[in-house]
Amino acid sequence: MGLVINIIISGLISGSVFALLAIGFSLIFGVARIVNIAHTAFYMVAAYCIFFVTQKMGLHPVWGMVAAIVLVTLLGIISYKIFINPIREHEGAVLIATIALAMAFQEIMILNFTGTYLSVPSLVKGYLVILGVKVFYQQLLTFCVALLVMAALWVLLMKTKLGLAIRSTAQDREVANLMGINEARVAMITMGISVGLAALTGAVVVPLTILEPHMWMYPLIMMMAVVVLGGLGSLKGSFMGAYILGFAEALVVFLAPMGAFLKGSVALSIMILVLLIRPEGLFGVSFEEER
Amino acid sequence: MDLIIFYLRKLFTILKNEVLVLPSRVVAVLFFLILLLLPLFTKDAYLLRIFTLTSIFAILAASWDLLSGFTGQMNFGHALFFGVGAYGAALLNKYAGIPPWGTIPLGALGAVLAGLIIGIPCLRLRGTYLALTTLAFPIILMGVVFALPDLTGGELGISGIARLAQSRVADYYITVVVMLGLCTIMWKITDSNTGIIFHAIREDELAVRAAGINTTRYKLLAFCLSGFFAGISGGLYAHFMRIAGPSTLEVSLSFQVVIWAIFGGIVTIYGPVGAVFILFPLLEFMRFWQEYRTLMFACVVLLILLYMPDGLLRWLRDKIEKECPRCKIRNIATRDTCRVCTAPLD
Repeated sequence: MGLVINIIISGLISGSVFALLAIGFSLIFGVARIVNIAHTAFYMVAAYCIFFVTQKMGLHPVWGMVAAIVLVTLLGIISYKIFINPIREHEGAVLIATIALAMAFQEIMILNFTGTYLSVPSLVKGYLVILGVKVFYQQLLTFCVALLVMAALWVLLMKTKLGLAIRSTAQDREVANLMGINEARVAMITMGISVGLAALTGAVVVPLTILEPHMWMYPLIMMMAVVVLGGLGSLKGSFMGAYILGFAEALVVFLAPMGAFLKGSVALSIMILVLLIRPEGLFGVSFEEER
Repeated sequence: MDLIIFYLRKLFTILKNEVLVLPSRVVAVLFFLILLLLPLFTKDAYLLRIFTLTSIFAILAASWDLLSGFTGQMNFGHALFFGVGAYGAALLNKYAGIPPWGTIPLGALGAVLAGLIIGIPCLRLRGTYLALTTLAFPIILMGVVFALPDLTGGELGISGIARLAQSRVADYYITVVVMLGLCTIMWKITDSNTGIIFHAIREDELAVRAAGINTTRYKLLAFCLSGFFAGISGGLYAHFMRIAGPSTLEVSLSFQVVIWAIFGGIVTIYGPVGAVFILFPLLEFMRFWQEYRTLMFACVVLLILLYMPDGLLRWLRDKIEKECPRCKIRNIATRDTCRVCTAPLD
């Protein structure tokens, strides 16, 4: 029984993290057709930001979270303006610009904080026991924040004018432009929201993981798998895909021998199997051909 | 005797009329000559080692261009072919005792098989889906490698395999000659009918299908060809380093290949090769600032992309050469009229 609880907790946590990351990634892809490899690098930067504020400056973790989200969102918008916006027409160039950006962030973090493993205290201490399994409050908090943020994002996208602009730009850039939507500004705002989501993910998950400069690689791969599995540009798909892969990962880790090595492999194999049956992903909206 | 003189004169005429008129061709010839003559001037083991590795990665980058540049099938998991080639060669050498000249082609055939296996599911996908899916394959294989430590050595890899050749200079010549040969073959492939179909698939797949060409078969062919060349580079790497480890399957290697190719300019073959020959030694010579090396590398890539998003070598070529508006033949930028049809150049 304890094993089942463990699997559920672990699946829910990693599923929520993947969902938050994947939704941000899919947003900016849908609106601006940018494959942002640096997405999880922003998540890493946010995590280090919290470490700096809480451990080096000795402030309360809440301030760390606020600082991380604000600063990283600003960083995202600035790097979008400087490095990505001028070359947006060249798809390949954008791709490697984001890879180079991610590498640069990783190196800056190594220079500032060295490559050693670090950790951050949790925001809320303590745990409760469910059927003999320790469930830390931080885990519950992470899960709740993830659900809340996703709900807020849904409201933003579906009920506000900005959301309408974002959705219509994602559907058809040119027509959206003709309807008087400032496409460049919408892209920038979306970049801000997307990076903000990555930062928030980093902020809520950092007490549960180990902090190191390469921590962006694994989530990046899983995030991409989630996005492909759920269907590019479909938020519902990203949400479902994230929990499917999160639980697959948890099951493999707890049940299979050598599970820790195979967790990525199994999750990615599931993605490929789904793609064999449905090439556009679970909830994929087939994008119309680019003109 | 007459025959020799005839061929010499023919060579001289070609040199004068076809090569010396275009700076890019002069550069290509110089590139071949310098690489082939380098060991005559220096026997420095470190320098030769850098250039050997550079040549190996040049094959890899060019093979990425053949697949992703020409047919537009963005492959983010090119390390898979490299890793399969390396592990294939290492396993065959260690357990079957086959010498390097046998293991490298066999490893490359293994990579072709890998190309087929990932090509068949991937051909149903397009664009970004394909890019993100291919990223998964080397990671799946890496999981398998870690899960079977008895066979693959797990994290440490397979070490103690045979040397490529007995001396550094011989190593250098083998890789450089293989690199020059394979890159020429790749360039020829892209120039042939097949290459034109590859290019057409990139531009408009629907139109190619409408023209009665089985695009699926050609895309699969591109996967296999690219896998073969990348597999050879993987095998060379394994025998040169004498170890085949999980680093050959890493995501960062896949990304590195993409960076090299796009940095040099895709759809050219010479672009990625040139980019590797610029970036790889540059990264090596920056070892004096060990900590800042990767950061500076990333900054160089970012800054150059801002000004020449089509790739460095393409940009350079467009600066020193211009195309005749009438007959589409390239001319050196200093000319006022076309060298063939005498149309004025703008």
